[in-house]
Amino acid sequence: MTPRKRRVLPGFGLSLSYTMLILLVLLFIPLVVLVYRATSLGPEKFLQAVWTPQARAAYGLTFGASLAAAAIDTVLGLLIAWVLVRYEFPLKRVFDALVDLPFALPTAVAGLVYSALYVESGWLGRYLVPLGFHGAHSRTAIVLVLTFIGLPFVVRAVQPVLESLDADVEEAAASLGANRWQVLSRVLFPALQPALLTGFALTFARGLGEFGSVVFVSGNMPYYTEIAPVLIVAKLEAFAYAEATAIALVLLICSFGMLAVINTLERRSRRHEA
Amino acid sequence: MSIRIAHVTRRFGAFTALDDVSLFVPSGQLLALLGPSGSGKTTLLRIIAGLETPDAGAVHVADLDVTNVAPREREVGFVFQHYALFRHMTVFENIAFGMRIRKTPSAEVEKRVRELLHLVRLEGLERRYPSQLSGGQRQRVALARALAVRPRLLLLDEPFGALDAKVRQELRQWLRHLHDEMHVTTVFVTHDQEEAFEVADHVVVMRGGRIEQSGSPQDVFDNPATPFVMDFLGQVNVFHGRLEAGQMHLGGIALDYPEYTHTESRNATAYVRPHELALERAPSQGTSLPVRVLHVNPAGAVTRVRVISEPFGVQLNVDLRPDDYSELRVQPGEQLFATPRRVRVFMQDDYVI
Amino acid sequence: MKPDAARRRPGVGSGRPTEPAWGRRLLISLALSVLIVLVVIPVASVFGYAFSKGWDHYWNTLLRDPDTRHAMWLTLVVAPTSVLLNVVFGIAAAWALTRFEFRGRTLLTTFLDLPFAVSPVVAGLMFVLLFGATGVFGPQLQSWGVTIIFSTPGLILATTFVTLPFVARELIPVMQAIGPEEELAAITLGANGWQMFRRITLPNIKWGLLYGVILCNARAMGEYGAVYVVSGHISGQTDTLPLRVEKLLQEFDTAGSFAVASVLTFLALVTLIVKSFLEARTARDLEEAPADDAGLPPDDIEAPAASSEPASTSAAAITAAGI
Repeated sequence: MTPRKRRVLPGFGLSLSYTMLILLVLLFIPLVVLVYRATSLGPEKFLQAVWTPQARAAYGLTFGASLAAAAIDTVLGLLIAWVLVRYEFPLKRVFDALVDLPFALPTAVAGLVYSALYVESGWLGRYLVPLGFHGAHSRTAIVLVLTFIGLPFVVRAVQPVLESLDADVEEAAASLGANRWQVLSRVLFPALQPALLTGFALTFARGLGEFGSVVFVSGNMPYYTEIAPVLIVAKLEAFAYAEATAIALVLLICSFGMLAVINTLERRSRRHEA
Repeated sequence: MSIRIAHVTRRFGAFTALDDVSLFVPSGQLLALLGPSGSGKTTLLRIIAGLETPDAGAVHVADLDVTNVAPREREVGFVFQHYALFRHMTVFENIAFGMRIRKTPSAEVEKRVRELLHLVRLEGLERRYPSQLSGGQRQRVALARALAVRPRLLLLDEPFGALDAKVRQELRQWLRHLHDEMHVTTVFVTHDQEEAFEVADHVVVMRGGRIEQSGSPQDVFDNPATPFVMDFLGQVNVFHGRLEAGQMHLGGIALDYPEYTHTESRNATAYVRPHELALERAPSQGTSLPVRVLHVNPAGAVTRVRVISEPFGVQLNVDLRPDDYSELRVQPGEQLFATPRRVRVFMQDDYVI
Repeated sequence: MKPDAARRRPGVGSGRPTEPAWGRRLLISLALSVLIVLVVIPVASVFGYAFSKGWDHYWNTLLRDPDTRHAMWLTLVVAPTSVLLNVVFGIAAAWALTRFEFRGRTLLTTFLDLPFAVSPVVAGLMFVLLFGATGVFGPQLQSWGVTIIFSTPGLILATTFVTLPFVARELIPVMQAIGPEEELAAITLGANGWQMFRRITLPNIKWGLLYGVILCNARAMGEYGAVYVVSGHISGQTDTLPLRVEKLLQEFDTAGSFAVASVLTFLALVTLIVKSFLEARTARDLEEAPADDAGLPPDDIEAPAASSEPASTSAAAITAAGI
């Protein structure tokens, strides 16, 4: 009898075909339909739909606000991760757990409470607005709430790397005569850099697609505080499906581009580990 | 149950793990597959168990072709290298697993598990979890679990590889003992030649996906078929020389080698084990090399002496028995003569090491 | 999953050069201020605003208002259904990806991440384009009397999409770390596929699975963007709890809106507590040292378990938890 190729563990066909079926129904077919609908507009109409001044302003704001929030989160995330890993203080475990709250809290709730807190009559706004800090219905508001949403990414990317750094590397550097600042900048920062980059990219990617929180805080004024996902919804509610689809395709391409960047960063940092 | 492996080949991409391997294991034998990593020994074991399928060839167990039989129907007991104990089950449940699958009545399960716990000397530990056991204990649980279903074959993948020297020594003797009691056909994989020789009835040396030599431990050790086997089975001194008319010429000395009768001279390599070299204060007629003692290590069952043969520029290892050592009293720096008592010669064109 | 094993490793922070005491105190207070301003104050304020019109208004909104009650019920239908779909999908995908070699395996892993990268609004839009009144399958479905968009099936579809990778992404590193050996052992001992899954695989992955379920559920209950697009906002029919938050706000019932938000916040806090418990639990599993009565070297059997750490703390796991 000639040997027949056989998988030793059971369930290969079943599990793979189920996985493919779900991906087909939920992911591939919807994506194809979206791309098809957007491209069936024809290049001219497509360009008209995605390159209006209003849309351009929305892209700019979406990118700018996400970038700003990601940059802020990178600094804050590093600070928080550092403190959580290196120092002891009361309620440390509680604060550590709280870092994940932006993951667990529905974005609509975040948007609701941020808008309530920072408006002129809000519990924080009444002190901040007179000082010129407009934390609601402004571009600042968008950056602020995106900073909240993205906070865990950098912390959770940096924390394990910081923990895995051996004390002897720092001790060795110190014993070679490096001062504290030199140890930080020459030994620690290069080791943390891939994790920081990954965290930054994840925060940025998350910001690009965020809707629930921003729609509550921004005020959604076209040209000024309207982000791309909100613009899509506005077009949908005006039954301008073609335009909405075209803008959605632009946003989708940006998001997939970011995903590719993140995957590359991850592969690179994994090579570092090995 | 006998095992017959016929022309089995297995490739992983461009790498050939097994290259047309044939082997017969008679019923009741305890066989060792011995070889360095990458020699294909584990692949062969997994093919016998059905955990791997051959690209070509067939496996028969007791004259039945099992090549396309699923592993769960082969009734083999397989002991994994890292034991693969079910971490969420107690020792008792681990051993009972195969019987529970077969819906064995629980009174019988209880009885059989007790029996096996006794056999592997783990009584009293049946409530423990694998993480609460030492390596040697885990190994024995894995063995008991494999034996519980009364397998037709027992297959062990590097059974003692992850254990420390002392426990390994104990378990080797115990496995030999167990096999003598049970007589189930057993194949185990090892890279440790000492282990293979101590435990097995039959040793199969593998290299690069092929069987290099197969025979009884005595036979393989005394008559290595190839330089590779010679080298793999322990330390060896290598001489390059010429073979001519029944004599092996190594520099100034000539050794009898009656197997080669041609008058035409050929390059050859001579292999001499450290214990097959004698050290003497006076030269023997034409068969001894002048050497200088470099280092003496008297710790252990034999005294290991390192010497250099200056005309050859080669260093040699010599093992002296305690009596010889106390008689000779070698000191570093001394000039002595080394005489090979036994030489194995391999033609250079035949083999590449 | 983030086992704390490394964090409690002896020696961390002990012999290491460090900052002067004033520097440490400064950094700690800065970090805590950030967390207090960004996280603690907003969360506390949710409850503050919720009770700002008194207990009666709070309970009236939650218990008496029929539309809010319906939203609660709808969320309790949509979220568990999505979670269930994701559990089956997650186990199937993780099994195929970690236990078999096949062409396109890496590509499939990448596809698994795609739903994270799609903006929830775009996800909702895709389903509208498919099943809406003017969508590809919409008219056909309508003629059969099936409505997906602006009704519960659409909500379930959209929610399942945005939470699709959660369970799979949790299970993949866990199953990779455990390895196939125990399953192979079960097979050689005569177990069939179901017996192997039920008795070996499932008990081994249960904590990872539960962790994935918790994260998936939190996201499913709180999903806003995708369901916003497919729901149609019909009060008492297609409003889930997060949509009800917005609806009440539009009706100028701020306190009521916060009352609903407080329920969601409470659920988020419960999620965090369960999550911390599960993390401590997995860390303990990893640390459980064997009773080494024979004085043996460290066990190889622990080695694969310990290797789960880099996998699970990678940025991929963070993606799973967040986007």
